[in-house]
Amino acid sequence: MSDNDLKDKHGTTGHSWDGIEELNTPLPRWWLYTFYACIVWGIGYAVLFPSIPLLRGATPGMLGFSTRGQLEEKLTAVETANAGINQQLVSVPLEEIAGDGALNQYATSAGGAVFKTWCAQCHGSGAAGAKGYPNLLDDDWLWGGSIDAIHTTITHGIRNETDPDARYSQMPAFGADDILENDDIDAVVNFVMSLSGTPQDAGVVPRGAEVFAENCVSCHGEAATGDRDQGAPNLRDAIWLYGGDYASIHETVQNARFGVMPSWGDRLSEAQIRAVASYVHQLGGGE
Amino acid sequence: MRDGTDPGAGPTARTDRGTNMTNAVKLIVLAIVTLMAAIAANYARDLAYMVNALVVMAVSAGMFIVVLRHTDEEVVVRDLSGEYMDDVIRFGVVATAFWGVVGFLVGVFIAFQLAFPALNFGWADGYLNFGRLRPLHTSAVIFAFGGNALICTSFYVVQRTSAVRLWGGNLAWFVFWGYNLFIVMAALSYVLGGSQSKEYAEPEWYIDLWLTVVWVAYLAVFLGTVIKRKEPHIYVANWFYLAFIVTVAMLHVVNNLAVPVSIWGGKSVQLFSGVQDAMTQWWYGHNAVGFFLTAGFLGMMYYFVPKQAERPVYSYKLSIIHFWALIFLYIWAGPHHLHYTALPDWASTLGMVFSIILWMPSWGGMINGLMTLSGAWDKLRTDPVIRMMVLAIGFYGMSTFEGPVMSIRAVNSLSHYTDWTIGHVHSGALGWNGMITFGCLYFLVPRLWNRVGLYSLSMVSWHFWLATIGIVLYAASMWVTGIMEGLMWREVDANGFLVNSFADTVAAKFPMYVVRGLGGVMYLSGAIIMCVNLWLTATRAPQIGEASGPRANGLVPAE
Repeated sequence: MSDNDLKDKHGTTGHSWDGIEELNTPLPRWWLYTFYACIVWGIGYAVLFPSIPLLRGATPGMLGFSTRGQLEEKLTAVETANAGINQQLVSVPLEEIAGDGALNQYATSAGGAVFKTWCAQCHGSGAAGAKGYPNLLDDDWLWGGSIDAIHTTITHGIRNETDPDARYSQMPAFGADDILENDDIDAVVNFVMSLSGTPQDAGVVPRGAEVFAENCVSCHGEAATGDRDQGAPNLRDAIWLYGGDYASIHETVQNARFGVMPSWGDRLSEAQIRAVASYVHQLGGGE
Repeated sequence: MRDGTDPGAGPTARTDRGTNMTNAVKLIVLAIVTLMAAIAANYARDLAYMVNALVVMAVSAGMFIVVLRHTDEEVVVRDLSGEYMDDVIRFGVVATAFWGVVGFLVGVFIAFQLAFPALNFGWADGYLNFGRLRPLHTSAVIFAFGGNALICTSFYVVQRTSAVRLWGGNLAWFVFWGYNLFIVMAALSYVLGGSQSKEYAEPEWYIDLWLTVVWVAYLAVFLGTVIKRKEPHIYVANWFYLAFIVTVAMLHVVNNLAVPVSIWGGKSVQLFSGVQDAMTQWWYGHNAVGFFLTAGFLGMMYYFVPKQAERPVYSYKLSIIHFWALIFLYIWAGPHHLHYTALPDWASTLGMVFSIILWMPSWGGMINGLMTLSGAWDKLRTDPVIRMMVLAIGFYGMSTFEGPVMSIRAVNSLSHYTDWTIGHVHSGALGWNGMITFGCLYFLVPRLWNRVGLYSLSMVSWHFWLATIGIVLYAASMWVTGIMEGLMWREVDANGFLVNSFADTVAAKFPMYVVRGLGGVMYLSGAIIMCVNLWLTATRAPQIGEASGPRANGLVPAE
């Protein structure tokens, strides 16, 4: 339709602004009727759903819908469906979960969801950890890798200030607190590196062994294989929480480390903790 | 020629006796402002406040010197009532183009920061990390680019369609410089950590107060011009501009009601708290979209599209019905930003219902814009500026359909908090606001700089295609990531347990984030080409002949 056709058909409003005229075209029918339909739909929707505010509360709507109700309904459905197996999960001894096929399948899938919600922030969504946050896929455990030990670690956490039963230990800051001389620190760092690989300076390793025997064995053991009762890591396995290069180990000996994990006993239910313990246990390194 | 003011009236030189008196008052005021700003900077409790106080001090000290140097000069007063006030519009055009490029550049950078977090440089932490730059980007594109575009086009349109010079003399200059001072203060504030943490209303109380003063002046200039118009009726574009100015004033004041903790610092305590604060914020936020980015830009469309197409507006009836329906309905739609929150269900329902009913009133503008091209569709082939405007109207239609869809509670439960929202905003902002603004700039520059036409139409075509493909990449990648992450967040296994961690959804979005960034690069490149083209138009394109020169700037009286 050309401009002239429209002009002939409907005319203009008879006015011009800076050369702009306006046609007198009527409202497009489809536009008007769609507009009306939306209004009618809107009224209908407002009758069916909570909509009009009154002095106390609002009209509830004919369908009795509420967003909180909708959430409640969905949660209840899942909780009801899982009630029996949750009961079973919290009542059987921890060691027996892995042996019960259906229960184990449920526990690991529930535990996976818990892990991805609460644990992945530090340990990674694949549980491979990061610097300062242990890899949970291997069989190197600071505080023990049995299902019981894992359950305890999750329930109470590590070195936090909120749970008196949290696992606790503290390596001395040998340098910062003037316990060792710089040369001795250098020597012991080289010795520790020699346990699982190549030291930076082989010449000081014998001296480092002496320093180690005098200062470190009470926690890390004569063989330097660590002590799980104290969360003292095995220094022979080439698995490092903070890095195995000279600078990282030097930093650890100089200033010590103080990794913290929160306690989950007051935030997750017993079923959730057991589930996530099962999940972590079966990732690869469970004992 | 009902009201023929002779545009050729020559300047009448005389010395204004009031000038020295005025200068004395100006000097006193500027000295006081400089002193107060220096005191404020001295007692400042936070860095953002101190830097802004120093900016104000520098600006007013500079103005003091300028005024001082010009006292005792003979002032030539010309009778300008026969000419349009276009200098301020020229400045506005330059500011629009400048802030546009700044805003797009920051947008591209933060898009890549999301794809490659290493771009949050350690050395710039606390200044140039994503959290600081994101409000800088949104404010630069909405308020600096969009705001300057609205102010300068509204000044242009209201003069032409009212056939009078802007009301208020130099007040228009105050609006322009005052508004840009607001932008500079807000931008510095964000980077230095001054933010009241309300989306699109981040500036702290003292910047809000300044904007309020500027905005009231803007309203006065615009309304004053409309009131003294020489046309019997107010043109439709001016209804939209006026609705935009009045409503934004109301939104800005109510959403920023706060009590400052100290007059020497930026921090303040919001008047509303909890869900009331959230509702006020999204009442503001949604109507910033409705009245700033929709009503105001429809004002631009209603003038520049018929002018560029040289065709009459399609339907006066449609314009009046969709105008009143739009401004009545938009103001209620805000609660759809707060589905499934602490907001009571009734408010959430009403927000959704009004959003759906808003669909057709929004489309009224699209119909009027597109159908104005009736009989001029062939210009799409020959005129890239028209093509740009038509694409803008198309994106306007698309995003005003997508908006109501996303306001539906069931859809929103999937789309909310995902990149779908980001994509929706950008198809509106890049497609509608950006493209219609580019079209207006291409229209304005030859006329304001008295040139026969644009320097290069093929550069406009390049801009058009770069921007269009850029928007498509942007919107498509955000639909993909948005819907994907929404589905991943809610994915549960047979026992009802979540399948994905949040980090999984972030990792899955990486390729689309790169695509989005590339879309942004294309859009930015197009805008840079536009700036070059406009610069060359203003400096190198052939001038309109001397004979028609003075007339080009004269009033065009009503027929």
